[in-house]
Amino acid sequence: MAERTVSIGSSHGLHARPAALFTQAASQAGMPVQITKGAKKANAASILGVISLGIDHGDEVVLSADGENAEVVLEELAGMLEADMDQA
Amino acid sequence: MSTQLTGVGIGRGSAVGSVIRMPDPLPEPADSPSTLSAEEEGARAAASLAAVAADIRARGERAGGPAKDVLEAQAFMAEDPTLSEDVTGRLATGKTAERAVFEAFAGFRDMLIGMGGYMGERATDLDDVSQRVVAHLLGVPAPGVPSPDSPFVLVARDLAPADTALLDLDKVLALITSEGGPTSHTAILARDKGIVAVVGVEPAVNLKDGDPVIVDAATGTVTLSPSDEELAAANAAIEARGSAIAAPTGPGALADGTMIPLLANLGSAAAAAGAVEKGAEGVGLFRTEFLFLDAKSAPTVEEQKAHYVAVLQAFPGKKVVVRVLDAGADKPLTFLNDAPEENPALGLRGLRALRAHEQILRDQLTALAQADAETESDLWVMAPMVSTVEESRYFTNLAHELGLKTAGVMVEVPSSALLADRILADADFASIGTNDLTQYTLAADRLLGSVAPFQDPWHPSVLRLVGEVGAAGAALGKPVGICGEAAADPQLAVVLVGLGATTLSMSPAALADVRAELLKFTLDQARAFATVALAASSAAEARAAVHAASDAILTAPSPTESESNGARS
Repeated sequence: MAERTVSIGSSHGLHARPAALFTQAASQAGMPVQITKGAKKANAASILGVISLGIDHGDEVVLSADGENAEVVLEELAGMLEADMDQA
Repeated sequence: MSTQLTGVGIGRGSAVGSVIRMPDPLPEPADSPSTLSAEEEGARAAASLAAVAADIRARGERAGGPAKDVLEAQAFMAEDPTLSEDVTGRLATGKTAERAVFEAFAGFRDMLIGMGGYMGERATDLDDVSQRVVAHLLGVPAPGVPSPDSPFVLVARDLAPADTALLDLDKVLALITSEGGPTSHTAILARDKGIVAVVGVEPAVNLKDGDPVIVDAATGTVTLSPSDEELAAANAAIEARGSAIAAPTGPGALADGTMIPLLANLGSAAAAAGAVEKGAEGVGLFRTEFLFLDAKSAPTVEEQKAHYVAVLQAFPGKKVVVRVLDAGADKPLTFLNDAPEENPALGLRGLRALRAHEQILRDQLTALAQADAETESDLWVMAPMVSTVEESRYFTNLAHELGLKTAGVMVEVPSSALLADRILADADFASIGTNDLTQYTLAADRLLGSVAPFQDPWHPSVLRLVGEVGAAGAALGKPVGICGEAAADPQLAVVLVGLGATTLSMSPAALADVRAELLKFTLDQARAFATVALAASSAAEARAAVHAASDAILTAPSPTESESNGARS
């Protein structure tokens, strides 16, 4: 099980558009990826799951995945979360 | 061959265009057990979710720009694995795919609303996806506000506030509804925004997308399959009206020169400039609720004063009638009245609530007096929901004591109309709120759709009460204004003048049509219309009788023609 802790870079948090970009990437990871904020956990490929976590700018979240290349996949997803996707 | 449908026209405009129907909202899917297996229902749900996602994505590709991102996010919602798990769980309990999808989306919607702010606003996106999926499962067209690229004539049963919030009004040439009357939400929206509308056109349910129509609010008609001649005449009329409205406006007056000042109903200081532009000669109703809504405690005198100064400065030398806080019923405020009431419309509202918290009233009147001292406009104040002579006396005395020169009352309750001669003995003026007066006279909750047909200010009982106030005002030399929706209906405005109204106040978009209508008739003719309307047995009869009487004057030359000719040209 690989894990990464990330601070959210998008200035308006993980709302519709950044959440859509992120979940789209997560759904193409080839393995289940979980995103956890505090005690709440969601499927990172689920936009409703991700939105339901209510993630704001600066929040810390934990990404986790289990599988081959998990480290590489998490590295890529973590990079998206750290960037300000509203500017992309 | 053209055919004509009739309804109630709102305003005086007309429009030519193609119909787009507003799909009816889907009923909530019944929660009855499925006759299929959970696996079969699961396959149905999966197929419809995928089809809707593909359709939304395709629309996004076509739309491009920012709309593409929004639609892309909606497509992901339909494909969402968390949603799909939720649906599967509900199907396992024997629900139908329609019901399971509906419940699953509703659950996420409630969650988003609970989060508030930006996320809360996304709840409507989820509702839209949910409706589309349920529609696909049922094999019916997806409901929702149409958003074609070119302007259109929108046909709907009636429009809800949620629909109109999503509507691109710049694209709407006209509104036609098959249900809903002259006081429906659609009619109010049309008056407020100056959109051509004909409401209550029952056969409009048969109109199809793309049907060419002429919509004429002045006659309340919808012409189907218009001929080239009819189209040319309609286009010429639209152009003529456009230039008439753009022309210099001048003060409100009847054909014989009787001045009827036309005032604006405003809900914020920001709207003042737009009202001046449309020729408002002052403000007949300045609502102050916006200062208090969303507040946990009443705003201070200083905070209020700044807002009042802003609106008074927009009307130097002109009359501005400010209504003190009208809370209760449909506008509850926790710091005024948080006791639950069985019948809030009949409860502690308006002046009754203010009196129970007199300091709030004193602060508001003090702020108004201070703003008045700093500005050049002619400030009048009035109290809402006055039902006794004693209340009228109380408010008028308090306002005078706090330094306000002109203090009056709103007549919204039949008791006040019936005793208007005694009310006006103390009050400096009366302003008739026709919406509430109609609600209380006909005992029909104005917020309740099932009794909406009763909410018609043309009802002779309402007109008789207006007449009582008009007569009392004339006898005592006190002004009587109208500040309800009724004043925005051009033909009814003439009747109200005939009943004794000395000023009319309305949403600024309605000013041009009312001004033009007043100029067509003399005071004697307006009084004759009032007599005709009072003799009717119903609102519809009153409307038809006045329509016929005014048509007779406008089409047939008569001895009085020479008097009104100059203004009619």
